[in-house]
Amino acid sequence: MKGLGTVFLYAILTLVALLTLAPLVWMVSASLMPTGDASAFPPPFLPARITFAHYTRLFTNLNLARYLFNSAFLAVSVTAISLFVNSMAGYAFAKYRFRGRDPLFKLLIASMIIPSQVTMLPLFLMLNKMGVINTYIGVIIPGMASVFGIFLMRQFALSIPDSLIEAARIDGAGDFRIYRSLILPLCKPILVTLAIFTFMGTWNDFLWPLIVMTDDSMYTLPVALANLSLEHVQDTELMMAGSVMTIAPVLILFAAVQRHYISGIMAGGLKE
Amino acid sequence: MNTSPVRTFFCALPLLAAFAGCHGAGDGRTRITFWALGAEGEHVAKLIPGFSKRHPDIDVKVQIIPWNAAHEKLLTAFAGESLPDMCQLGNTWIPEFRTLNTIDNLTPWVAASHTVHESSYFPGIWDTNVMDSLLYGVPWYVDTRVLFYRSDLLAAAGCAKPPASWEEWFDISAKIKARYPGSYANFFSTNNEWAPQVILGLEKGSSLLKENNTLGDFSGPEFTEAMRSFYTFFRNGWAPVKTAQIVSVYQAFAEGFFAMYITGPWYIGEFMNRLPDSLQGDWMTAPLPGPGGGIGLSLAGGSSLVMLSRSRHKPAVWSLIEYLSEPEQQLEFYRLTGDLPARVETWRDSSLAHNRYAGAFFRQLNHVRATPKVPEWEQIAQKVREYTELITMDQYTVEDGLRALDREVNVILEKRRWLLHGR
Amino acid sequence: MAGNRAVILFLGPALVAIGVFFFLPVLAAFALSFTDFDIYALGSFAFARFVGFKNYAQLLSDPLFWKAFRNTLEFLLIGGPLSIAVSLGAALMIQSKLVRWKGFFRTAFFTPVVTTLVAVAVIWRFIYHPRFGLLNYLLSLVGIGGVDWLGDQHWAMPAIILMAVWKNFGYNMVIFIAGLQNIPAELYEAASIDGAGRLQQLRTITVPLLAPTTVYISILTMIGYFQLFSEPYVMTQGGPLNSTLSIVLLMYQQGFRWWNMGYSAALAFVLFAFILVGSVIQSRIQKRWEAS
Repeated sequence: MKGLGTVFLYAILTLVALLTLAPLVWMVSASLMPTGDASAFPPPFLPARITFAHYTRLFTNLNLARYLFNSAFLAVSVTAISLFVNSMAGYAFAKYRFRGRDPLFKLLIASMIIPSQVTMLPLFLMLNKMGVINTYIGVIIPGMASVFGIFLMRQFALSIPDSLIEAARIDGAGDFRIYRSLILPLCKPILVTLAIFTFMGTWNDFLWPLIVMTDDSMYTLPVALANLSLEHVQDTELMMAGSVMTIAPVLILFAAVQRHYISGIMAGGLKE
Repeated sequence: MNTSPVRTFFCALPLLAAFAGCHGAGDGRTRITFWALGAEGEHVAKLIPGFSKRHPDIDVKVQIIPWNAAHEKLLTAFAGESLPDMCQLGNTWIPEFRTLNTIDNLTPWVAASHTVHESSYFPGIWDTNVMDSLLYGVPWYVDTRVLFYRSDLLAAAGCAKPPASWEEWFDISAKIKARYPGSYANFFSTNNEWAPQVILGLEKGSSLLKENNTLGDFSGPEFTEAMRSFYTFFRNGWAPVKTAQIVSVYQAFAEGFFAMYITGPWYIGEFMNRLPDSLQGDWMTAPLPGPGGGIGLSLAGGSSLVMLSRSRHKPAVWSLIEYLSEPEQQLEFYRLTGDLPARVETWRDSSLAHNRYAGAFFRQLNHVRATPKVPEWEQIAQKVREYTELITMDQYTVEDGLRALDREVNVILEKRRWLLHGR
Repeated sequence: MAGNRAVILFLGPALVAIGVFFFLPVLAAFALSFTDFDIYALGSFAFARFVGFKNYAQLLSDPLFWKAFRNTLEFLLIGGPLSIAVSLGAALMIQSKLVRWKGFFRTAFFTPVVTTLVAVAVIWRFIYHPRFGLLNYLLSLVGIGGVDWLGDQHWAMPAIILMAVWKNFGYNMVIFIAGLQNIPAELYEAASIDGAGRLQQLRTITVPLLAPTTVYISILTMIGYFQLFSEPYVMTQGGPLNSTLSIVLLMYQQGFRWWNMGYSAALAFVLFAFILVGSVIQSRIQKRWEAS
């Protein structure tokens, strides 16, 4: 009986895994097909002939390298800045006592319920007045701090023994020195997790870059891909190549660091 | 004191970002940006080298914006004050951008020009660029809608010629449906387009909006009559109600799924390229039939070239506008894109004169009218499409649907009323 | 603990960033929603009027708004439970003692979560193609006729729901796995010694002990699903016949396409109100469930 149950379970799991991965595998397969091959009935699973022409076209005609750079630059910048800002704030909430600390923190948590789309129009007008529409700064600014990041950081920092901090203080270290040399190294796991979250989130972000970037040389990959798909509706293989280029970097990153990423989600999921 | 390298990096980041975001010419030449929309963008880039040879001191940067996103992008750029120096605009958008005070009056430039004269252009088309007697755009290419039809299917149903009046149109439709019950006589893309509906309204004499364009007139007698006729096509099964099932228009046309289709000049190229060779002798274009006979009115469509008010290089922009308006460039552009040139004399050139499909367009272009020149037109046109689609699906009667449409249009125009009737 | 200077240094950047670039726009949006700021006002501020609750009244009587609301609710009420059920099922299967290679399956199921939504929508748009799409092909293999998924007003939203479930179930699955791992194995051992069958153990141990996790996931999912935007934007632009128009898509169209900014801001706050009400209702229901 147990044997049968096991086989059954494996069968279902494998089937679901296949169904889950099939669209992505097909995306890669179609990106290598010659133009027009994907639009056939029955739809082909494997290319009859492998061609890299679409990738070439993306980079030579359609400026993909620029979009790749924009996405990468923004993702790295936002990650670096927000790690800095969020970790400081999270540490402060965890280890410093000051008036209004807990109500302030609760207010921040409560604000997570407000959908970000509420802010988009006024934020757009505000950044416009500041003259940063269509610049990298325009995308970096809303990503500089996130309540989620502060929350995770605080959670982790709470577990650092106060005695360690006391000891460092007695040794004469200043606040920033303690933060830089003691706290940050101890928080490496959560920092890595947060970095991955932020990087992927920024890389995949669509609506805000769509609104802020008016020049096509400033587009990020998702925005460029959306434009591509609206214009080259008939060119399936080309669009699949575009999708591959958009997804591949995050997938590779994910494969490399999935343990941290997934454990971070678990940690976030088990709040009080 | 050693500053943390980390700290330095963060301080440098904004600077880096600021620099990365800016692009300048820097070599003493005048740099102008030109936004071209859709496929035109890809092709106009090929005309630029010729311009650069004549004007080596002007550097033109062409940016291509897809049509679907163009409206949003233009408005966002306006709000973000990042509009280009020069732009292609659909001529129905001119009122909008005029209201925003973003485009310049070109009348003085035209008056001093040797190349651009009002007499060189189709009057109905020139008119779309005129607001308050001032010219805001130079017509670049034109389009209008005519009837594309399968001559072989019409012949098989006993009709030697395309319809010349609405009555003939209904008659031919009935005959085709009788001959080919599994197919349709007409195709109206109600899930996508508002043009045929508006055209029928114009042909019946509707002004679409009334009282200085502050109220909707869609429930007025003319438009209502036009929509009753429109509905006739669907009620009698002469046009498919479920338009989404036609995934490829070319394919459906080739298969004879429908025999007549109202659309624009870009389909000349598309049909020539995509229809099988065996069918190339079996389709043709004709001007639209008027309600009582003769050529009916059609839309004065197309794109214009506009000069943005914020540009700091207006003479350079005008040079480019003039260049693209020259008969040779108009002709070359037509060869590249299949878009019909706005200059009338270009039509006399051999390649266009010999294009048998273009003849219908030439005749039609002398019977075109602009849509109401209000900034809200784009939004209103979408509503027209929505409600006429619902009418064809029997979710509203013609009268109820048009009344509901007018109610919504009046809401859209409320601000305009407030502004015009004294705040 | 050390002085206020340190707190200001540490909290400053974050609070300033969040205050200026989040809370301030929220307040501004609130103010904007009481004006008729539109394209005319964009040309000149003098053309904006204070209109009180007119935007809110208008949207509550706009049939398009209610269509968007119904569509969003459909997405939420069908897609939400479906997604959570699939996540839970996957988590249970992976956590089963009978299964090895847990890591592999977990990674496989999680992969769609990290993919870029726009890229995925492009793929699925083709999978749903009436003639050449994989889905209709697979259906035809089992004898079911094809459907024009994204072109048929009755099937477009289900098509989007299916894609959303595919994309998201891995995320909640991982949280469920964490929750399941927290249930002491001894409980199950004790139960099986007592003769309880697997299904019974599921009912009496797993489900109740997973309740806090389930509540957390449900609320998060609800909040996320209310904000449906990218999928219809890329795949259907709200069509066909506005059957996939969501509240945020409507807000985007009104705000960034037609520049009815006051109206768009009002839409945003109505959305916020819905989410708030939804969260409160949901946590009340589930607190009661927990208590029993």
